[in-house]
Amino acid sequence: MKLTQRLGGLVLRFAAFCAALGAVIAMITSRERSSFFVLSLVAKYSDLAAFKYFVIANAIVTVYSFLVLFLPKESLLWKFVVVLDLMVTMLLTSSLSAAVAVAQVGKRGNANAGWLPICGQVPRFCDQITGALIAGLVALVLYVFLLIFSIHSVVDPFLLRKS
Amino acid sequence: MPGENILLAGETTKSWKLLLGMRILAFMATLAAAIVMALNKETKTLVVATIGTIPIKATLTAKFQHTPAFVFFVIANVMVSFHNLLMIALQIFSRKLEYKGFHILSVAILDMLNATLVSAAANSAAFMAELGKNGNKHAKWNKICDRFATYCDHGGGALIAAFAGVILMLLISVVSISRLLISSNKFSTDAASPSI
Repeated sequence: MKLTQRLGGLVLRFAAFCAALGAVIAMITSRERSSFFVLSLVAKYSDLAAFKYFVIANAIVTVYSFLVLFLPKESLLWKFVVVLDLMVTMLLTSSLSAAVAVAQVGKRGNANAGWLPICGQVPRFCDQITGALIAGLVALVLYVFLLIFSIHSVVDPFLLRKS
Repeated sequence: MPGENILLAGETTKSWKLLLGMRILAFMATLAAAIVMALNKETKTLVVATIGTIPIKATLTAKFQHTPAFVFFVIANVMVSFHNLLMIALQIFSRKLEYKGFHILSVAILDMLNATLVSAAANSAAFMAELGKNGNKHAKWNKICDRFATYCDHGGGALIAAFAGVILMLLISVVSISRLLISSNKFSTDAASPSI
């Protein structure tokens, strides 16, 4: 029982690590140059503050997942990992929702503020950003499962273990 | 089961009072954020163009519904303040009710989920507000705060209240999880050591 629990937790965490890493890489490598008569604009992720925050937050999540993968089973830190998991989930959802809000303005524009959409000029950039956001969403869903899983395995609220 | 009711029924321990106080504060903070943002509206008559010597004026309105992130902000803050209200009622009236072990677990999980919800809402509204305040030269998006100063100020106030709510929800989740830990430890020691 304990081994399958631990294995399940490891698999979930490794999958979340891969998803967060994929989101970081997809967003960093998105760069497109489009020429508009004599003007040429380069669209990179660092133009928008929300995307920078997304990259930083997912990088932190990647490093954290990697470190927790190697935490030994008997360590007392597992109780602390539950709270850290909650903080990391909050970080993930905040970065994802900020990036989605800004990307939605980029795709549809905001007619009331006079902001034109930019996706028409740099379609490949927009597609890659969408892919990065989907990977971020997958990482978030996996971390929500991990949170509930950590509570179940560390705190044992149903008293399944006989001590 | 005598072990169940030691911690829970009729208690006014320090953690109970702390949790109740924080929940009341979080309820007020998120409700204030939702109300201030929902009533955020500014109308201004601006000169849009000039033909010859006749300026053409247009009346522009800045409303919170124009930005989807702010709509999400209002809805999420209303949901979280409703959750806090429900938990306050549950905490006050639970001293008379029967307890089952699942109760504290669901409170802890719900607290965590609502903490993530309010953090998502506050953050997305913060980034959209930053975009409105500073604009973005690369995407050629103009800032709107220089013309609609009151709208931006009220939005900023709502954001501050929401971030206070985020910190409070995080603390509430931590206290709920620690109560879960304490109660499960109490159960396991009661179950492990035979009573008679």
